[in-house]
Amino acid sequence: MSTSDSKELTIEGAGCASCVGKIEGALNKVPGVTHAEMNFAQRSVTVNGSANTEALIKAVEQAGYNANVNMAESDDEALKEKEKADFAYYKKLMRDMAIALALGIPLMAYGLLGGAMTVSTTSEQIAWLIVGLLTLSVMIFSGKHFYVGAWKSFTNHFANMDTLIALGTGSAWLYSMVVVLIPEAAPEMARHVYFEATAMIIGLINLGLALELKARGRTSEAIKRLVGLQPKTARVIRDKQELDIAIEQVLLNDWVRVRPGEKVPVDGKVIEGHTAIDESMLTGEPMPVEKVEGDTIVAGTINKTGSIIFKATRVGKDTALAQIIGMVKRAQNSKPPIARLADVIAAYFVPVVMIIAVTSALAWLNFGPDPAIAFAMVSATTVLIIACPCALGLATPMSVMVGIGKAAEAGVLIRNGEALQTASKITAMILDKTGTITLGAPKVTDLVVANGFSGSEVMQLTASLESGSEHPLALAIVESAQEQGVELSNVNQFKAIAGQGVEAEIEGKKLLFGNEKLMQERGISLADDMTDYVATAQQLASEAKTPMYFAIDNQFAAIIAVADPIKEDSIAAIKRLQKKGIRVVMLTGDNRDTAKAVADKVGITEFFAEVLPEEKSQKVQALQKEGEIVGMTGDGINDAPALAMANVGFAIGTGTDVAIESADITLMRGSLHGLADAIAVSKATLRNIKQNLFGAFVYNVAGIPFAAGVLYPFFGLLLSPVIAGAAMAFSSLTVVTNANRLRFFKAHKD
Amino acid sequence: MLIINSAGLLLIALIVWWFWLYKPKAAQLENNDFIIVVENGTYTPSRIILPANESVTLQFLRKDASPCAEMVLIPDLQISETLPMNKLKKIQLPAIAPGEYDFHCQMQMYRGKIKVE
Repeated sequence: MSTSDSKELTIEGAGCASCVGKIEGALNKVPGVTHAEMNFAQRSVTVNGSANTEALIKAVEQAGYNANVNMAESDDEALKEKEKADFAYYKKLMRDMAIALALGIPLMAYGLLGGAMTVSTTSEQIAWLIVGLLTLSVMIFSGKHFYVGAWKSFTNHFANMDTLIALGTGSAWLYSMVVVLIPEAAPEMARHVYFEATAMIIGLINLGLALELKARGRTSEAIKRLVGLQPKTARVIRDKQELDIAIEQVLLNDWVRVRPGEKVPVDGKVIEGHTAIDESMLTGEPMPVEKVEGDTIVAGTINKTGSIIFKATRVGKDTALAQIIGMVKRAQNSKPPIARLADVIAAYFVPVVMIIAVTSALAWLNFGPDPAIAFAMVSATTVLIIACPCALGLATPMSVMVGIGKAAEAGVLIRNGEALQTASKITAMILDKTGTITLGAPKVTDLVVANGFSGSEVMQLTASLESGSEHPLALAIVESAQEQGVELSNVNQFKAIAGQGVEAEIEGKKLLFGNEKLMQERGISLADDMTDYVATAQQLASEAKTPMYFAIDNQFAAIIAVADPIKEDSIAAIKRLQKKGIRVVMLTGDNRDTAKAVADKVGITEFFAEVLPEEKSQKVQALQKEGEIVGMTGDGINDAPALAMANVGFAIGTGTDVAIESADITLMRGSLHGLADAIAVSKATLRNIKQNLFGAFVYNVAGIPFAAGVLYPFFGLLLSPVIAGAAMAFSSLTVVTNANRLRFFKAHKD
Repeated sequence: MLIINSAGLLLIALIVWWFWLYKPKAAQLENNDFIIVVENGTYTPSRIILPANESVTLQFLRKDASPCAEMVLIPDLQISETLPMNKLKKIQLPAIAPGEYDFHCQMQMYRGKIKVE
């Protein structure tokens, strides 16, 4: 994995092992390189140290070779190689299946049509010997991988599915050969041959594996789609010339041109032109986003309207797209806690099945009817063949793979299987108001100035006061002042008072700016002969605006009200959550009246107002103490402790500029619908996992005793090894196919 | 029947001993890296000894086309990686405390053990 102090380069033109020393030597001489090591077999070199990629590539080129950044592109190649290898293996499995069934089907048909599957005469002995040898060749040709795998596992003191198949088919063949070669070794009634079972089982299991391979390919469609977003080339401007180069060769700070209709090749910042960019493939947000100079754009999105030039700020494995692909892949490979029991069972499964097979054979030999030895052989073989540890092991990972991929398609990045599982159980959802329910881009809406003060003075002083703050409300005031052309003054003795406001001095004036509590504590009267400003502020708050009091030299000067518009679809998304039976709670640092007004507008009945940043995690804890499984949604930066405290932390992104490491689940678009989508996908995935696990457990728990013959004493029923082989082959296929049903799940339709 | 029953019970005892009780020898780390070959349903070596509290790189070489061989998981270390065919895949292990750590494929059919001491 490439990190800031470790880079991987792909080397071209290194034809002999002696090139290794030359390339390593060249790289080791680059200032900042602490160690360079080449893997000749893979034609790649790992470089440790602080040297930049450009210098490394140049050093390799000067040594007479070509180097590229080893990057996300390899995802595409890896996928293609995997598909190629899978297809070759699929063809092999189908060929093995065809050969085995070409022998097995006629033999089975012969038996079903009344042909004698027994050895009574010398001619039958010779005929069955030929069939036995043909079966042996099928075992070697079509089933070799089972036997070699079983043997290798055995010598390593492990047992797996190969062990069961090899033992099952091997014992059926061996028994039949003993009957053919030394008929007198078995009682006359037991001189039955099972060559058809051996051939059919090998054929059917190969068929099952081939179909499973095909079905598995479909489970990784989401990753394929993400990898497919990455363009292959980029048009860079170097030495005033535009060149089309491979994506691997784009360097940091390169100027890149993207024309209308083209994909953005790497992440960057627009430096010329303006356009609309379609980011739907990453965020799920259908509307194109306007981009002007200074805006960031990310790889994989599509430039819709104008031609732009941008500066590359993240390339290779550092682009948002590469990181998303990496995160989705990691998450798809992780397991939710629900898989633990199945994992424990799978670890002991095969030896336990072997013990059951031996026990069942002994039971038949001791208590079974004649021919007991034939019954013992059939039951032991059938137990070995029907048992399917793979269905158990596959039940969870296949569904997680599809579910997490499905979520990513909707712009919901789920960090791991545990987050997926917990999200499906959420009973309460805390929503931070600013930036989550609202746009997080407040605007100044009202300015109420007290007698003796002027509006322009108030705006100049408050904007100066807030110019150093990054709080959204502060930004709204500064922006509004700048729009009016106000010049900012220097601020002295600035002090933030947590949960109340700020105080400072400008040009000798003592300034206070904050909430009613701050004014009360400083003994500032909020009324004059004409007006009760508290009532004015309450009126503004009831309109979902946030009023702030401003005092100059301990005298009330003005109220500035700021409103943060509610996101267009917040009301609908909150309704969706409530419809799922989730208790939705709003959290805000704003005053009670504003909080109530916003909560009323969006249909939330429960809210916490005037919450200090450090109190947010306490509110999460309070709900947890009430027995709720709490989801917390915030911007992922200011709410980090609360997100961490919650059972599932949701970071709501703004476009594609997301901190994807900051939460359990990241919503790539700003819409709260992402929350309902995430919960819907999690619930659907967990339901799918449970179906799979239930199916796999029931299959084995019912199938193994049936195969052992527990129903024989009551109903005279004994399972044929061929039916067991078919059941086993299709049990894992059923699990993968059921997981694939999730691909058609539509989160928005819930 | 006594002989058959005794043979059957002996076979069960052998299964228990061979797969659960027997402690086979583990391969020792050399030059701070390992190549674990994934082939024919097994990892070779399947039991390895690593030094405690030292970061080590394991290298997996998958020669087995079966989809079961595609992933390797070390659940206790929260590691889960895809193995490409016929290519070395490096997996960096963090410094870990002494103990036994299983590694296996998704279905736990390919199994191995890391002993850290």
